[in-house]
Amino acid sequence: MSGAARPLAALAAGLLFGLGLALSGMLDPARVRGFLDIGGAWDPSLVFVLGGAVSVSALGYALSRRLARPALAETFDLPTSRRIDGPLVLGAALFGVGWGLSGFCPGPAVAALSTGAAPALVFVAAMLVGMAAHALRPR
Amino acid sequence: MNAYLPALAGGLLIGLSAATLLLVNGRIAGISGLVAGLAQPGERRLSDLAFLLGLVLGPPLFAAMAGHWPLMRIEASWPVLAVAGLLVGFGTRLGSGCTSGHGVCGLARLSPRSLVAVLVFLATGMLTVALMRAAP
Repeated sequence: MSGAARPLAALAAGLLFGLGLALSGMLDPARVRGFLDIGGAWDPSLVFVLGGAVSVSALGYALSRRLARPALAETFDLPTSRRIDGPLVLGAALFGVGWGLSGFCPGPAVAALSTGAAPALVFVAAMLVGMAAHALRPR
Repeated sequence: MNAYLPALAGGLLIGLSAATLLLVNGRIAGISGLVAGLAQPGERRLSDLAFLLGLVLGPPLFAAMAGHWPLMRIEASWPVLAVAGLLVGFGTRLGSGCTSGHGVCGLARLSPRSLVAVLVFLATGMLTVALMRAAP
């Protein structure tokens, strides 16, 4: 049974994430683009979403530093790189352009697959191609 | 303020999700990383898939509770969505994260890399929307 505990915890966390996205209005690309549209009728919703999310996430992170290990895993699997380099900046810049063009970022786009919205499917399919292109790029 | 209460409440749920995944499974709730990681075999794959399944089931759960589906207004044409998807897929891998990994989780950890990434994608996102607005 212990083998099922970790996937079940992940499923519950995923449900919370999807529920939060739906409740927050962030599944609506027009609303997200409204936040990015600082020259127009600016919609500050995303500030509240990110503020709420970062504060609870920060509490969780602070708590994790007092624990020897996670409840169901051996180690905390955290990024260790601290280098601010070209790939980080270029990657974030390209992502921002795609985000601005569509109003979709990966979380809401994947969650939106269950709404049956065909444009979300188009976006996610293209996103997977972009990820594969990165994995297969010549070095 | 009342108009932004659902946004704040939804954000708190997203933060609770990230905190849960970290404290229980020791994993960062970065959606682009979890999606891309599915291509690599390993013991984490099943849990990551379960998280993404939960993410997809979130909107129907919301619909069952609220009595209506969440509002979705998609203005972009399919070709624009395809280009955007390519940029988001490639860019989030090159930059090691998206709004959730760098935004929700990275900012919470006070990661300098994530702070830079967030500032950059906010800037290019805002610039893109401004240029599209200016285009005839």
